[in-house]
Amino acid sequence: MTDTAADPQGAPPRVGGLRRASRPVDRRLLGGVAVGVAEHLGVPPLWVRAGFVVATWFNGAGIVAYLLLWRLLPLAQPKSSPGVESATRRGLRTPGRIGPVDVLQTTAVVALGVGVLVLLQVVGLGLNDGLVVPAVVAVVGVAVVWRQLDDASLSRWMRQRSGWALASRVGAGVALVAIAGLYVVTQERGWNALVDLASASVVAIVGIGLLLGPWIVRLMSDLGAERRERIRSQERADVAAHLHDSVLQTLALLQKNAGDQATVATLARRQERELRAWLYGDEADEADTWAAALRAVAADVEETHQVPVEAVVVGDVALDPDVAALVRAAREAVVNAAKHAGVDRIDVYGETDGRTVEVFVRDRGIGFDPGDVPEDRMGVRGSIVDRVERHGGTASIRSSAGQGTEVALRMPVRTDPTTSIDHTSEGEDPT
Amino acid sequence: MTDRLPTPGRLRVAIVDDHAMFRTGVRTELERSGAVDVVGEAEDVDSAIELVRATAPDVVLLDVHMPGGGGGEVIRRCGPTTKSTFLALSVSDAAEDVIGIIRAGARGYVTKNISGDELVDSLARVAAGDAVFSPRLAGFVLDAFAGTIEVAQVDEDLDRLTEREREVMRLIARGYAYKEVAQELFISVKTVETHVSSVLRKLQLSSRHELTKWANDRRLI
Repeated sequence: MTDTAADPQGAPPRVGGLRRASRPVDRRLLGGVAVGVAEHLGVPPLWVRAGFVVATWFNGAGIVAYLLLWRLLPLAQPKSSPGVESATRRGLRTPGRIGPVDVLQTTAVVALGVGVLVLLQVVGLGLNDGLVVPAVVAVVGVAVVWRQLDDASLSRWMRQRSGWALASRVGAGVALVAIAGLYVVTQERGWNALVDLASASVVAIVGIGLLLGPWIVRLMSDLGAERRERIRSQERADVAAHLHDSVLQTLALLQKNAGDQATVATLARRQERELRAWLYGDEADEADTWAAALRAVAADVEETHQVPVEAVVVGDVALDPDVAALVRAAREAVVNAAKHAGVDRIDVYGETDGRTVEVFVRDRGIGFDPGDVPEDRMGVRGSIVDRVERHGGTASIRSSAGQGTEVALRMPVRTDPTTSIDHTSEGEDPT
Repeated sequence: MTDRLPTPGRLRVAIVDDHAMFRTGVRTELERSGAVDVVGEAEDVDSAIELVRATAPDVVLLDVHMPGGGGGEVIRRCGPTTKSTFLALSVSDAAEDVIGIIRAGARGYVTKNISGDELVDSLARVAAGDAVFSPRLAGFVLDAFAGTIEVAQVDEDLDRLTEREREVMRLIARGYAYKEVAQELFISVKTVETHVSSVLRKLQLSSRHELTKWANDRRLI
């Protein structure tokens, strides 16, 4: 509900267990290749950009690699929850933007690279002079057109077959064809002309392909996009219907229970939690991780005992039997606080670094003296302390009259590789 | 966050939120406290900027989501020269928006279900130049700065929390008020405030690319 749970693996798109690089559409400068590769390798994007520039010094290998990756890496659109998406659509939030530092650094790197390139050209280590200008023009033309294509598939209005996008694409294509023609006409050399003619033809074909290619690609992707859009709008309608049902039902219940303050508060809070989880997607989908289990405990106790429970969770691990025992002990602690502390708010904080799991349950209630708890009181001793210690963890309870209570639970995470997410709570007493 | 700071005079506060009902509710609560003057209300980015320029409030209570680009846009367009400080107030739990508005320059983040007294305390704290971290924001911060960085970064100091700052963040995430954090760590409240302000600064300035990557990863969950 009110917490942060990062996927411990990070969450790049996975296909068949392999991590696939992609070009993040929201953080790209040109094609998003450098950012995508950097993210994949876990290095700063600037390194990758510098790498491309350096590689370009060797017969333009960097540019070729960049263009290839541009075509081959899929474009990744940022996935966000419905609430965030709708807020973006209505202009209620500013989507992430590329920092000016990024642009400046990259410009500097590119400028440096171009400088070295020119130097190489001048001292005669670079490409054949006759090829440089056509190559540069071709690269720029291709970049302009592809960038348009990327954006075109991004959003509907960019798909218009008129305006700036069309003009630039046609311009690039025409320029390429023209250059190819000029190249042939102006190069009058004997036998070599044959080779030149062949390469000029290739450039011309690429140019014509640029002119017509986008329409063909677009026609195909339009069909697919329209089908996807239809499915999506149907899904949306379903979700909206479901949402309205739940909200309307809660409102009806609120009217019926208008006199009962505690019930009204609980109903409102439950509805708020459900809506928030749906809108902002804080609830992890799988219920078999520690963070999800802890959040479920907070929500459950809040509902049963009508006391707000604020849960903040950092990190996540699989729910093995030990960790499950820790969650049950935490639940007991929260229930104790809800029943006996007499407070209007309980804080639950869980944190894990992958080796140890810690949970703190805190209230500012009446408190008690832990020494006074009789040995036979099941709640504190049996359900919390013993349960955690049985599984190799530690539990400490700090409380004093009037100051409230804090229960701290610690459990080492088993590194046993056989403990997987599949066997969660075998042989454990159900709570 | 329960201990009130001594402030000369009454706090001048502007409320910026696109829900009229919510503005009215907050206004009533703030005025009832007697420590705050509400100098104006605004409902979108443009009117908010106008209001801030015209009234120069001590604190702007700012909704995260708003027509015209959201609260972050207001802070950006008011620029670094404005004397007003900003406290983000939101129902949104989306981590990237919360971190985003802090990085835009807000001095703190509280959720809309905060009690009136706590809100007044938070306003006073922000006006005094300190930072306000709710347990939830502390959790986000710990998540964002989790782990160690392998590669040498531009500015290491900005890219990681010190052990002490981490301890303070953990206690805040556990629901401790600043005063209780101070007692727990045997330091003064002032020192706690220094640590929290330092964390806020790192959150705003760190170029640590995990910070953006982390926000991105969250969207993919």
